[in-house]
Amino acid sequence: MTTDLLKVQHLKQYFPIKGGILGRKVNDVKAVDDISFEVKAGETLSIVGESGCGKSTTGRAILRLDEPTSGEVEFGGKDLLSLSKAEMRKMRKDLQIIFQDPYASINPRQTVRQILGEAMAIQNVLPKKEREARIKELMTTVGLGEHQIDRFPHEFSGGQRQRIGIARALAVDPKMIICDESVSALDVSIQAQVLNLLRKLQKELDLTYLFISHDLGVVRHISDRVLVMYLGKIVEIADKKSLFDNPKHPYTKTLLSAIPVPDPSIEKDQIILKGDVPSPIDPPTGCRFHTRCPFATDKCKDEDPELRTNDDLMQDGHRAACHYIEEIESGEMQPNY
Amino acid sequence: MFVYTIRRIIQTIPVMIGVSLVVFLMMHLIPGDPAQIIAGEAAQEEQVEQTRERLGLNEPLPVQYATFVGNAVQGDLGNSIRSGRSVTSLIGDRFWITVELAFYSTLLSIFIGLIAGIISATRRNSFLDMSLMIIALFGLSMPNFWLGLILIQYLALNIGWLPVSGWGTPQQILLPVITLGTAGAAIIARMTRSSMLEVIHQDYIRTARAKGVKERYVVYKHALRNALIPVVTVVGLQFGVLLGGAVLTETVFAINGLGRLVVEAINQRDFPVVQGSVLVLSLLFVLVNFLVDISYRILNKRIELD
Amino acid sequence: MENENMESNESIIKVDNLQTSFFTHKGEIKAVDGVHFDVPAGKTLGIVGESGSGKSITSLSIMRLIDDPGRIKGGEIIFKGENLLEKSEAEMRSIRGNKISMIFQEPMTSLNPVYTIGDQIAEAYQIHEGTSKKEGLRKAVDMLKLVGIPSPERRVKAYPHELSGGMRQRAMIAIALACDPELLVADEPTTALDVTIQAQILRLISRLQDELGMSMMLITHDLGVVAETCDYVAVMYAGKIVEYADVYTLFSNPKHPYTVGLLKSLPRHDIDQDELEVIQGMVPRPDNLPEGCRFAPRCPFARDMCHERLPDLEDLEGGNQVRCWIHTDQWDGPEVNVKDDYGSAQSSTS
Repeated sequence: MTTDLLKVQHLKQYFPIKGGILGRKVNDVKAVDDISFEVKAGETLSIVGESGCGKSTTGRAILRLDEPTSGEVEFGGKDLLSLSKAEMRKMRKDLQIIFQDPYASINPRQTVRQILGEAMAIQNVLPKKEREARIKELMTTVGLGEHQIDRFPHEFSGGQRQRIGIARALAVDPKMIICDESVSALDVSIQAQVLNLLRKLQKELDLTYLFISHDLGVVRHISDRVLVMYLGKIVEIADKKSLFDNPKHPYTKTLLSAIPVPDPSIEKDQIILKGDVPSPIDPPTGCRFHTRCPFATDKCKDEDPELRTNDDLMQDGHRAACHYIEEIESGEMQPNY
Repeated sequence: MFVYTIRRIIQTIPVMIGVSLVVFLMMHLIPGDPAQIIAGEAAQEEQVEQTRERLGLNEPLPVQYATFVGNAVQGDLGNSIRSGRSVTSLIGDRFWITVELAFYSTLLSIFIGLIAGIISATRRNSFLDMSLMIIALFGLSMPNFWLGLILIQYLALNIGWLPVSGWGTPQQILLPVITLGTAGAAIIARMTRSSMLEVIHQDYIRTARAKGVKERYVVYKHALRNALIPVVTVVGLQFGVLLGGAVLTETVFAINGLGRLVVEAINQRDFPVVQGSVLVLSLLFVLVNFLVDISYRILNKRIELD
Repeated sequence: MENENMESNESIIKVDNLQTSFFTHKGEIKAVDGVHFDVPAGKTLGIVGESGSGKSITSLSIMRLIDDPGRIKGGEIIFKGENLLEKSEAEMRSIRGNKISMIFQEPMTSLNPVYTIGDQIAEAYQIHEGTSKKEGLRKAVDMLKLVGIPSPERRVKAYPHELSGGMRQRAMIAIALACDPELLVADEPTTALDVTIQAQILRLISRLQDELGMSMMLITHDLGVVAETCDYVAVMYAGKIVEYADVYTLFSNPKHPYTVGLLKSLPRHDIDQDELEVIQGMVPRPDNLPEGCRFAPRCPFARDMCHERLPDLEDLEGGNQVRCWIHTDQWDGPEVNVKDDYGSAQSSTS
């Protein structure tokens, strides 16, 4: 029986907007609006969605890089949001993050040796004497040469810098790593190298990943389970196979159909959505997708659908937030483009 | 835009209060008894007391400040100790001369600065660019009173093309305006150059070229307007420096402006005049910066939403 | 697949031995080094490559928009029978935005922030058709309608920052298509956009291409986008084209080890893959290109000859043009089927 390593409940992250003559708060950007999910030890849960859906905000809120507005975040049985700043810092030993551009988050004046050494010193892992050996070991683990240990970040290519970012995260021996668009900036051939590395490390070190990405190809490759967000809400969550082969939410379906397939012989039915993602400042009422959904009814406009399952249609753990899962499945409701 | 203007006006209130407070306290922070100073050093105890009574100097400070502000708002800044004339009318006589000097100098700075900056940017690393930037560096590092003296020496005294002093005719105006405007022109030239160089590499410039826009229009229509945005801020800041410089320039060229009034008043320890002039100059600075901020907004459509 | 003959007279543009270099204090950087291709009239050519492959520089060279310290060193760009490299700057200007238009990757920064969308579209008419500004603005409304921007009468007065990324890219397309160009050069037009918006824009571009009968060059790193929109594909690596074929041939029967590696390293959302094949190593730096075949240092099949001599782009039977020794009779190694043997060759070398 696997346990939940991370449990997020009713997480909200609102950012105030100031305006008017006196610069008072006039509204909120509801970046993340009441989401709950858990990540089991040893698995990879991916959060996918388009820009502005709140996926990166979720990652940052969990780590308290931005203080969440409300909700609960439980990691390894501890309530992260009640920890003091110092306790939280200690907690980050077990919970690391890798960003899209590692260059922005590493000190350009430090060599790789200093970067990794400092990460270990802050969390006080390993006695000082053993750190040197561990740094070399880390370099090999992430596929960098030991001879590169005294080089500066700018002497590395994008893919190699991402490896430094991974090495730094691994330096403190974490239980879980949040990967925030960690391979998005890399070229395809390099991206594959880093993805394979992440998978290899997961097996060897028993890591848990929360993988945040907009690229569904990457997500299919690396995930065990996938969570789809739209405008600050979870619209669907399922194991990878169910999500890609049996998507139930109209948004997930459009998202999947929108991705270009690198095979010209496949003719697919592409669903093209009308319009843009609405603003998270005044998100649509009811189901937030109703303004673009080809199946939307008045009910969708008024009632916010709950995440729910249907035992006949969906596998265990597969849930979607749509009023009309059954009707769409049976063909009783037809899309209205 | 309207909301912004209102908000910006409201924001100037604390600044004005601060300025008036400093100016008011000036009187009380200088060593000695203000009443004694105003009544004159030779005045008897009795006269000093009378002065104190008349000017309300025996009231508590907050009350005095309230009276000062109340009078100032109504245009009453007290009377000169020396001439007895009202400070408001003294300033009124000279105010426009200084505004003219500052205005023409600013115009000259902007005109020369922009042209030099654009030429430098469009011919980057050419001989012309280097020469202009070296000249700008000189202009920037030269104290303006010294520049003024040099100009007088060569252009007025040696060659005799232009008059040595005074204000009014175009010939009289030229030297002081050059003296005061040079540093600003240099700063604006350098700023325009770097701003243009940054803008010229933006994606939208490439878009304009890909559209078939002539290089001249690429520079003057597409690049310049964007490049001007940071330059406008500099012009605003520069205006403050200019007001300070006006004091020296007016002295060098014997122009009867506000700056010279301040200098004379300080020499004669005519405190009400100093107080009034500093207040007016400060408010002028606040006003100009307000106008700069507004024009910044008009130029830069992007920040309107914030 | 009717248009198999790439040398046909129907090509709208023919690029021959194009060389574009950047002259820096470190020396000459050959960004584009002897590129040949042509775009058949009415068709779409995709140019694919990773960063540093020279694909964007190729597209800018066609527009003659290479900035200092870059310079087009040699070659020919024949557009409708005339060599663009021999045109004067004024002649070039009358072609840009008129006969050949370009759209760019970043819709956020590619529009001038201080002018309205309408002004920026109208400018194209003012330059190339001599229309008045008023008439230009009226036509701009029609263009906005054409590219599917809702309430165009209102949006014509909008500033770029008032529009979303997708809408801005539509506005960019409106500028590019205003004067009904014969060739559209699209440099990563959807890379900065979300997938659902990308789908909208790609569909829009295809629709307009059909309606207006344009030819197109699509520069992208995304093989999925290529598969869905292009008729022909050129794969670039380190300043050279390594493979050229029609889109079906390229995806079903790729011949160059780099093309194969690229396809195999792509994580796909529509099928399950256990382990991704990778291409070892990294793209060489343009100021330090390897001798011989530029892909040799990363190629699992590379032999001594590959490191020593650069192969030519040669026609193969299946319709591909490939720059690789394996497919020549000079190949001195064992027989190789690049597509099938890539994985095993990869694991034996690494």
